[in-house]
Amino acid sequence: MRWGLVIGALLAGLFAGLALFSFVWTPHDAIAISVADKLKPPSATHWLGTDQLGRDILTLIMVGARTSIAVAIVAVGIGMGLGVPLGLAAAARRGTLLDEAVSRANDLVFAFPSLVVAILITAVFGPSAFNAILAIGIFNVPVFARLSRGAALSLWTRDFVLAARVAGKGRARISFEHILPNIANLLIVQGTIQFSLGILAEAGLSYVGLGAQPPTPSWGRMLAESQTLIYGNPGLALAPGLAILLTVLGLNLMGDGLRDLLDPRLRRAR
Amino acid sequence: MLRYALRRLASLGLSLLLASAVIFAVVEVIPGDPASYMLGINASEDTLAAVRADLGLDRPVIERYALWLAGMAQGDFGDSYAYRTPVAGLVAERLAVSLPLTVYALVLSTLLAIPAGLLAASRRGRAADWGVMGVTQLGVATPNFWFAILLVVIFAINLRWVSAGGFPGWDKGFWLGVKALTLPAVALALPQASILARVMRSALLDTMDEDFVRTARAKGLSRGQALRRHAFRNALIPVLTILGLQFSFLIAGGIIIENVFFLPGLGRLVFQGIAQRDLILVESVTMLLVFAVIVVAFLVDLAYAWVDPRLRRR
Repeated sequence: MRWGLVIGALLAGLFAGLALFSFVWTPHDAIAISVADKLKPPSATHWLGTDQLGRDILTLIMVGARTSIAVAIVAVGIGMGLGVPLGLAAAARRGTLLDEAVSRANDLVFAFPSLVVAILITAVFGPSAFNAILAIGIFNVPVFARLSRGAALSLWTRDFVLAARVAGKGRARISFEHILPNIANLLIVQGTIQFSLGILAEAGLSYVGLGAQPPTPSWGRMLAESQTLIYGNPGLALAPGLAILLTVLGLNLMGDGLRDLLDPRLRRAR
Repeated sequence: MLRYALRRLASLGLSLLLASAVIFAVVEVIPGDPASYMLGINASEDTLAAVRADLGLDRPVIERYALWLAGMAQGDFGDSYAYRTPVAGLVAERLAVSLPLTVYALVLSTLLAIPAGLLAASRRGRAADWGVMGVTQLGVATPNFWFAILLVVIFAINLRWVSAGGFPGWDKGFWLGVKALTLPAVALALPQASILARVMRSALLDTMDEDFVRTARAKGLSRGQALRRHAFRNALIPVLTILGLQFSFLIAGGIIIENVFFLPGLGRLVFQGIAQRDLILVESVTMLLVFAVIVVAFLVDLAYAWVDPRLRRR
């Protein structure tokens, strides 16, 4: 039994489920303010209590899961969508100017501190969930470009690729028909890891006010708001923090488990 | 080796030039006029024009870029629009907080991670290994700013050992400064230490499979002795790489932790710079951070090539 994979999938599935479920039903309204109900401890009506504006914390966690997951998924999508074709193209034209340019561009992006870039993007476009997606997405591109280039390079020397070339297929076609399916496992594993990093990054950005803006609930901003009330109500910081921790933990366990499952050769005592 | 170093040096210069162009271009498109920020909304068109001319904002873009580059090459990062003092001085002031914080966090994370990684590797598959792996799995998943908030609740609010934030300045005494940086450093160190401990463990386990370790074992060394005397030093190479990366990450990545603890560090300087449209400050600080990352990567590459001649051909 792969316990890590199972526990990880359950945890990640729980929060993904909560996020999806929140579209059809939440215990309370996520935006409506009710000052009379503010800062209530957990009870039968409010399972996790209420915040400083009387909003139900469980509801905020559920709707906040949407924000986190959506931002992270789109950011990984950007990374894969741009990074994988770039990496494959660089590998297909190994040693050419294109290959060199892709590698240099990767190094360049990696050299920028991600948070400073996020701040710059905010300054240009204004703070929003979109800005968070962009800031996280940009840094996913070189991750996938490097990974797919490296993996594709070793595949280009294999006999089945040679056979495809002899059969008259072009480099682009070989990349997509023969190379891509063979690196899909790696991409899935890396995608899971980048997804979990994306959740963490989104939380950090919205904590400093660079992510989704009020009244859209987000876990990071819940933490920032809880900090202003930390002297009287330290418990407010628990739920959103645990939500981030458990989601990221679940995704990491899933990533490790998937790697072992999909590619035993890569199994490492990480 | 010299040829390799020269080739890498040329590529380093190119990277820096590209980075500077990207930064300049991005900052250039940030909306908002620094002059009207400085003078407020009631300023007349004439004063605005005068201030713009004073700041050099009326010159063509290319000329400003060239002047900025030429200045930086001579160690002159320009004068902050908002503070009216040299950027270099502002940066130095903030580095007095950010740099010690980074070093403190790195030392803490190394002191925690290396013994933890050694312990896990030497007790592979047993309770201690599971314990270290479990704790580090949690550490990697914990958002450091949340951990920081929990630390504040426990040590500043409940136990009252330290203050919840702020920095008294080094002139108030060395230990007061260290005390103020302790919680932030612990919060920064936790995820870093978790990653480092895992790298240490897996590097040790990889090295333990090497022939030279088998030879050492065959000569009669116990597993523990072989681990400490032969595998450990060789396993340090990947650990040092991660440390190098973490240094550059921490110096800018402390920005969120600086926010939690209201520390006057480099990250918050950039934050304020953007808010005040202090473009020259933002450009120069970003460039400095990128410069640090690129140079550290260059030094790591050189160190590798020096250790392992095979890497020089490529």
